[in-house]
Amino acid sequence: MFAEIGQFALILSLLVAATQAVLPMVGAVRGDAALMAFGRQAAQLQAALIATAFAMLAICFGQADFSVALVANHAALDQPLAYRLAATWGNHEGSMLLWVLILALYGMGIARFGDNLRPSLQARVLSIQAMISVAFLAFSIFTSNPFARLDPAPADGAELNPLLQDPGLVFHPPLLYLGYVGFSVAFSFAVAALLEGRADAAWARWVRPWVLAAWVPLTCGITLGSFWAYYELGWGGWWFWDPVENASLMPWLLGTALLHSAIVTEKRGSLAGWTILLAILAFSLSLIGTFLVRSGILTSVHAFAVDPARGVFILAMIVGSTGSALALFALRAPQLRSGAMFGTVSREAGLTLNNLLLMAVTSVVFFGTFYPVVMEAVNEKISVGPPYYNLVFVPLATPLLLLVTVGPLLAWKRDSLGVVAAKLRWPVLLAVGVAVAFTVAIGVANVAAALGLALGFWLILGGCMTLVRRWTGTGAFSWRLVRTTPVAVIGMALAHAGLGVTTAGVTAMSHFAESKILVMRPGETTTLGPMQATLLRVRELQGPNYQALAADIRIREGSRVTDLVSERRFYPVSRNQTTEAGIGSTLLGNSYVAIGDTSDGPRGQGLVVRLYRHPLVGWIWFGGLMMALGGAASLADRRFRIGAPMPRAMALPPRAVAAE
Amino acid sequence: MKRLLFLLPVFAFVGLIAVFGIGLTKDPKELPSMLIDRPLPQFALPGLAADGSAGFATAALRGQPALLNIFASWCAACPQEHPVLTRIAAEGYPVYGIAWKDKPEDASAWLERFGNPYKAVAADFAGRVAIDLGVTGAPETFIIDKAGRVRFKQIGPISPEVWESQLKPLLDQLRAEA
Repeated sequence: MFAEIGQFALILSLLVAATQAVLPMVGAVRGDAALMAFGRQAAQLQAALIATAFAMLAICFGQADFSVALVANHAALDQPLAYRLAATWGNHEGSMLLWVLILALYGMGIARFGDNLRPSLQARVLSIQAMISVAFLAFSIFTSNPFARLDPAPADGAELNPLLQDPGLVFHPPLLYLGYVGFSVAFSFAVAALLEGRADAAWARWVRPWVLAAWVPLTCGITLGSFWAYYELGWGGWWFWDPVENASLMPWLLGTALLHSAIVTEKRGSLAGWTILLAILAFSLSLIGTFLVRSGILTSVHAFAVDPARGVFILAMIVGSTGSALALFALRAPQLRSGAMFGTVSREAGLTLNNLLLMAVTSVVFFGTFYPVVMEAVNEKISVGPPYYNLVFVPLATPLLLLVTVGPLLAWKRDSLGVVAAKLRWPVLLAVGVAVAFTVAIGVANVAAALGLALGFWLILGGCMTLVRRWTGTGAFSWRLVRTTPVAVIGMALAHAGLGVTTAGVTAMSHFAESKILVMRPGETTTLGPMQATLLRVRELQGPNYQALAADIRIREGSRVTDLVSERRFYPVSRNQTTEAGIGSTLLGNSYVAIGDTSDGPRGQGLVVRLYRHPLVGWIWFGGLMMALGGAASLADRRFRIGAPMPRAMALPPRAVAAE
Repeated sequence: MKRLLFLLPVFAFVGLIAVFGIGLTKDPKELPSMLIDRPLPQFALPGLAADGSAGFATAALRGQPALLNIFASWCAACPQEHPVLTRIAAEGYPVYGIAWKDKPEDASAWLERFGNPYKAVAADFAGRVAIDLGVTGAPETFIIDKAGRVRFKQIGPISPEVWESQLKPLLDQLRAEA
């Protein structure tokens, strides 16, 4: 019953989306206000219908209705209710439904919060948004129907992959989707601007909050994903450079570039064409990324052809959206009025350089991710791993990070090297001093690590400097200046400092992480660096839907004693085994233990224990959180809520009166 | 000139889509053997008899094109392939067999039950040689040319169609080679 309601709502939403794709666009071309207004209503109706479908699927999962094939394949009776509900999007079909739901919610957002938009622009954006919707709804209904029935219904279902039975899963995919799908709004705005032949400061001001609204959850999602991999996969890695992760990193990098180039377009009216191209590419990479990743399509790069029907559909979708957008760009962008000129030393030039470097970083990640696919096309099997990324990523990221602190100090339009050098004298001296101090402290052999840590310091310093300069103005510190500081400036400082915190964490993790693997028996003690680990006891545990072997391990470091528990869980329904690591965190780093099987060591039977020391690892995610918070602060800036001034009279087009 | 610059993303995109399109036609599970066109790894394995008498060694496969079949009594697909192997042997192509991770007595009993089409059978109980050969499962069949080089690897059972359309023509061509 519920499944049929959901199916019906989904089909209806496809029809609504189809009309929304056509009518508002026609209205915008003909200046028909009624047709344009239809877009706003259709967008909200579409969102309500898809939300209904999603709720129905969630109910099916909640009731464990195994006559729905999807439920039977991803939920079992003894699986906790929370994870049964999370399983709604823990599979290909359900996640596609989540994707269209978020897409529709963004569409509803444009319809509801877009009062200050030019009506013709809003109508076009909603139309384009609906075209994307139509493609995805068709994909969902025709190739991956979440509501397909199973007859006869089994008595119990197959379990959701135990690795995914974790609080991380409840938030990670929705956050990523909010990010991926959010870029569709920027995409729609870009295409609408190309169609209208207008991409000015007002357009950039409209588009920027939507980019931020996508960028913030994407940042959170990537951070959470990295954290989840760290504690759930049981070997303490936080980033693996696999296609799945790159797929989320690339839109993030381009989204970051887009955020910055949109500033130039907003403040100075320049780089409009470039901003549009970035908006198109950011969403295209999200599209390519989602499909590289989503179960059933790609587990690695090669899984593209697991179901050729789906693969072809997706490829057609990418050709349709990206292809036509790029063609339109080639046709229309040369005619866009480019804004004011700027000097080679100026805020605009700095942001342009930032964009070029981000583009270069994205390109190398893109190349690394797709090289295997290219080689496959000429019958060669190959895989690209961390050595490649470490080699190309660091040299490109370093100048980018150095620039982050310099950029906000530059004046718009024209600045002089002398003035910039004067502003930078003390920060540079301080950062060099820190680099030297670190080198002395940790030895010349680790000079790369010292430089990395100093780079992190440089970024945090840059964040602080932005605020201090703002608060002191030309004279002394004043509370009035603190009070009047726009939230966006604080957001920028926070995000840049967060990047520094992440940089420090990554540097420390890549240079000073230690690990050890050994067979231990209860009562035995081992050391790893300054850390002492004692295996206290091994016991058996019974969870709701798993059995586990748990080891209590006492970690001593200096005067601090922490008791950690690591588990090895066995899920009988899916016959899967997972490792739950025991993690003790402090501000300066984590101790991390994960147990393996029992094994016969030289001194009799014992337990395989892996020990890790991870200095500053928490900083990686804390920095990510700071960046997201910075973005959120920027989004809260009242400038966006007020919007660009617009002559109200324009809102009444000549043919506003209904013809019938 | 400026127009060309704006067309650049389109060209790059078309190239990418072409690559994706080709990638879509490939079977992602197909893993080529690293041994193709390389000499068969050196081995000397005992036979199935309890006395530990010699089975065969790499040198035995030199001189004329031959098939090297990996089988086991525990393998579910092997009985399905067996009639085809018997037919291949009957058509005059030499087939050598390696019983992989199989107790010699089990393998002997299995051959007694289904018939023995092999010119010689060796036992790789420990599975060491199979590692050198890059065996991923049973059954698998290598086609070895006159010079003792691996020319083809069949993963999974040989069906009559595969034999007729692929393996037999290849063996005939290898025979024709000087």
